[in-house]
Formats: sequence, structure tokens, C-alpha cells
Amino acid sequence: MAKSDIQPLEFEKPLLAMESKIEELVTMSKTMNVDLDDEVKRLRAQAKGVKKKLYTNLSAAERLQIARHPQRPNFLEIVKMISPDTWIEFHGDRAGYDDRAIIGGLIELNGQPAMIVGTQKGRGMKENLHHNFGMANPEGYRKALRLFQHAEKFKIPVITVIDTPGAYPGMDGEQHGIGQAIAFNIREMARLRIPVVSLVIGEASSGGALGIGVANHIYMMEYALYTVISPEGCASILWRSADYAAQAAEALKIGAKDLLGFGMIEGIVKEPEGGAHKDPEKAGKAIQKTLLQALETLKNLDGDTLMEQRYEKFRQIGAIQETLA
Amino acid sequence: MSLRDWFAEKRNIKKLDADAVNSKLTDKELGELWIHCFSCGVNITKKEWRTNLRVCPKCNFHFRIGVSDRLEHLLADDTDWFSEIDETMTSANPLDFEDTQKYTDRKKEADKKSGLKDAIVTGVASIGGESLALAIMDFSYMGGSMGSVVGEKITRLTERALTDRLPLVLFSASGGARMQEGTFSLMQMVKTGSVLGKLHEAGLLYISILTEPTFGGVTASYGMLGDIIIAEKGSRIGFAGRRVIEQTIRQKLPADFQTANYLLKYGQVDQVIERSALRSMLIDLIRLHRVASGMEPTPLAPEKGKKQGNGSSPSGKALV
Ligand SMILES: [Zn+2]
Repeated sequence: MAKSDIQPLEFEKPLLAMESKIEELVTMSKTMNVDLDDEVKRLRAQAKGVKKKLYTNLSAAERLQIARHPQRPNFLEIVKMISPDTWIEFHGDRAGYDDRAIIGGLIELNGQPAMIVGTQKGRGMKENLHHNFGMANPEGYRKALRLFQHAEKFKIPVITVIDTPGAYPGMDGEQHGIGQAIAFNIREMARLRIPVVSLVIGEASSGGALGIGVANHIYMMEYALYTVISPEGCASILWRSADYAAQAAEALKIGAKDLLGFGMIEGIVKEPEGGAHKDPEKAGKAIQKTLLQALETLKNLDGDTLMEQRYEKFRQIGAIQETLA
Repeated sequence: MSLRDWFAEKRNIKKLDADAVNSKLTDKELGELWIHCFSCGVNITKKEWRTNLRVCPKCNFHFRIGVSDRLEHLLADDTDWFSEIDETMTSANPLDFEDTQKYTDRKKEADKKSGLKDAIVTGVASIGGESLALAIMDFSYMGGSMGSVVGEKITRLTERALTDRLPLVLFSASGGARMQEGTFSLMQMVKTGSVLGKLHEAGLLYISILTEPTFGGVTASYGMLGDIIIAEKGSRIGFAGRRVIEQTIRQKLPADFQTANYLLKYGQVDQVIERSALRSMLIDLIRLHRVASGMEPTPLAPEKGKKQGNGSSPSGKALV
């Protein structure tokens, strides 16, 4: 993507104004044949400092904006980057529906097959409507489970890629058992006797994320988030107004660093400064490297060990106090 | 509520009833003897209401009930008992969370209001001669929200069921995951879901009973994982909240949306059952599955913290 095509976020605008001012000076010095080199140099150094400071001190709300950036690489774009030659999609839940919010199929990572299943956000309105903004229905989770079980049968490792605001809150979903579908996926994913690696590329929100999220290793992109409820939803319940979403985002501790600190994830995939959309190719390489390493670590473990390790990982999560008798 | 409080409460109510007969009561105390049915609008004496398992005798409206009432209904016979485990467990406040109020303060309020330490009580029980692992959620504790304590207690109880080869019966009542514990709450869905996978693999029975109301992360984990799923009459059960769905689909939902009968119609639960039939159905279900597997009831002895049955069924002696 050409740099000029990147849509800036609100908090990036002062920095962009500074950068375009520098460009103006450069043009001016050329056309008017004035030596402004020192000035330009000074300003460039200054801008660099501002930039570094800006991206290292992002608030939770600002990171959320990056995670939801409309140009952020989505699931299928990442599939194309990490497995450019192989992508064989498997459609449908075999019970009447092919959910387009959860997509899955076979890829090849360095010549090794993997079953990849992810939530898909579209690029632009038309695609987003087609993929329901990455919000799956029960049928999507049931398709995912079908693919996990296929992978288990043929000892193919599973990769799940999460980017969803949650399962779709609709009438059909409730009739068809969205709660049951997620619950069942959680239980059955926990019992898979194959390696399962999960990567959060954008937002991983609520049970809708967990329905494909029970993994041996979980990784998060640097600006991604993992949360029990969207900050907007949390704010409208606890603060009684969605206007407090920024406070909620901070209080919920949903960033990759938070999750790593809690011991809930295994690692963070470094992003290009300002987010993966600024250099998708570079982000794709980092993702590929992380996934390869994770699969390499899990490759030699037998089925029971993989299942037990996954079980123990989640068994230990919780913050309780007890008075011992 | 501690056991001592529970019994003290029972004594107080008895005294109150006797006082009422003697007409020595103030207006306020008299008011406390009556229950107004939100559904049909009649007033019922608290005594009649309790005897009728907190169900309106006029219109059959099932009032929402908490742990102590539920236990009172289940432990109807003299020989029934319940022995609580993990009764001291509280949340460690992992996020140091604060919204308009500190999480620690919200919890203190909930402790006081409910007499509980979190939104669930777990233990082993003997009901109608059948041994079981029993968990009961309480909506009055922060909306029955599921955080670390609820997740850990259910997990340990399920582990207990695995060790002692007991059937598991879990009464859900929850608005969903507890936001104040963030991802710690969220991950309890996985913790409980995966330990129930072990129970499933061990061939043990899990009966999930969904009561008013059961939503969100509870529905999407242990709530819907029962071998048998029963909804109590009048309960509302779902994943997303009604308002959120209406806002999303920009359409008004039918009046019976997410009611127990609506779930039955769409094949999501095995039965909708009235409170008065629940205890005997549970005993039957446990017995039939036990007999099928050729097992005798697992002999269990009540431990410390035993709560004995009432001897009269239904009793009308417990806390209101
Ligand atoms: Zn009534």
C-alpha cells in the first residue's frame, strides 16, 4: 500500500502535519534554491522523536483504533502472505449453511500442511457485509469444529486466527444455539490431540473469540486486544454510557502486554511502527515466523501431552483467595 | 450466608409468623409478611408463598430464587443433606478494577446484600438417596456474574465428581462473565468447559439446569454443556441480551423470545420444568443413569458445614 493511501487516525494527525511541513520545506528549498538542510535535519530529528514517543505511549483507546483500522491486514490477506502458493478452502457446516464470518482451509507453511481457521473482516462495506463484520453465527462455529476434527483425524496442526467483535447478536443465532455452539467448541477444542496455535490479529472479543480460541499457544499482534466484552459495551453497562469506552478499555487491561503479563498468552508479534497496515508485508513475515516457531515447538509432542498441556494452561487461570482451615 | 445464620434466620421467621398470629406486629412487619406477585398482581402471604416453593399459587409465576431457597427446596427430606466445599474462596481482584465504583466495594456490598462470598455455592449432597456434586449460582450476588471464583469452584467440584464418580448437577443463574475481572473471567469459560470435557470422557452424568436468568458466557460454556439440559419454567435464557439484539437487527423481537419455552421450541433444551417437579425429576434422572451403568449410589458422608434437610416437604421455614 502506498504510504499516501494510508488513512491516518485522529491521534496521528499532529505527527502527519509535522511530516508534511518538512516535505514542504524540502520542496521549497529546491524550487527557491535556498539551503534549508540544517532546518530540515533538525525538524526530521524532532519528528522522529515525536513519532517514537507517540507510538510507545499509546493509550488503550488508541491501540484499539489501530487494532480496528479499516486497512489492517485481515485473515484472508494474512493467509495469502504466509502461504502464497496453497489455500484450499473447506466450506460449510454440513447441516445447511456456510458461514462467511468464519472461514477455514488448508495452507502450507514451509512445506508443512496446516488447517487454518479464522474470523474474517472484509475490506470495505460490500465485503464486510458479506463476512458479517467478522461476527459468526452458530453454523460458523460448527464448521470450525468440523475442520478441527478433520485436522485431528489426519494429524494436521491447527492454526486459528482471531479478529472479531464477538459472535453475531441475532435472532437466528439464538434459535440455532449460539451459546451451545461456542460451549461445545470450547469443550471439544480442549480435547484435540493435535497442536493448536492461535493468533489474535485485531480484536478478540468475548465468547465469540473463544469458540476458536482454545489453543496450546496463543500469540497476539502488538496492537491487538483480547477482552471479555467490547470497551463500548462495558462502558455502557458499568459507566452507563458508551462515551466512557476509553476508560473501560484502560480498566479492562486488554492489551497484548497485559495478557502476556497475566501468563495467558505465549508471545507478542511485533508490528511495524504505528501498526501492521503501515507495512503489511513486514507484518506478514513476522506472523509467519512466529507461527512456524510455535508449530516447531509443539511438533514432537504426542496427542495426550498436547491435550494435557492445553488443559493445564487454562486450568491455572484465575485470581482467588482462600482461608485455609 | 453461614450455616449458623441460615438457621438463625429460620428461627426468626418462625417467631415472626407466631407474632403475626398474636397481632403484635407493626405495619412494617406486617408488610413483610406479604408478597406481591409482579405477574398477576395478587398479594400472597409469605408463608403460603414459601410453602409453594416461591411460586405464585394464583398464576404459577416462578419467582427468582437464590442459593438458600434452592437448597431448602432440594433438601426436602430428613435424610437429605448438603455439604459445602471451598466455602472461603473469594476473588483476588486481578485487575484492581474501578469503574464508577471500586470492584472491592461492589463486592463488599454484594457480600452484605446476599450473605454469600461470591455468586456460587458448591458441594456434595445426598438427595432422595442419590449422591451428587451440586452447584447453585445466585443472581443476587453481582448479577450472578462468573469470575475467577465461580470458574474455580465449578472446576474443583467437577474434579471432585471425577474422583468420587458422582453425577454433577449445576443450577445456572447469571448475567454472564464478570467484567470487573476482564480476561480472567473470560478464560473461566475455557476452564469450566474443558474440565467438563474430562467429565464427559469419564462417562459421568452432567445435568445443567438453567434458571432465571442465564446469559452470556455462562450460557456459552457450562450452561449449554449438560448431557441433559433443563430449563426452569419462566426463565429467560440466551447468549446476547435482548436489547443488544434489537439494536443490531433493528427489529422488534417476539414477546416470548429467549424464554424457556422459546428455547424448547427451537430444540435447545430437553425440558421446561416447573419448580415443584424439579427435585423428583433430578432424583429420577440420576437414578436411571446410575442403574443403567450398574452402579450403586456412591456412599458419601456429610462433612463439616453440612446442611440438613427440613423433614417436611416443602417446609416454609427458611430465609425469605
Ligand atoms: Zn401471580
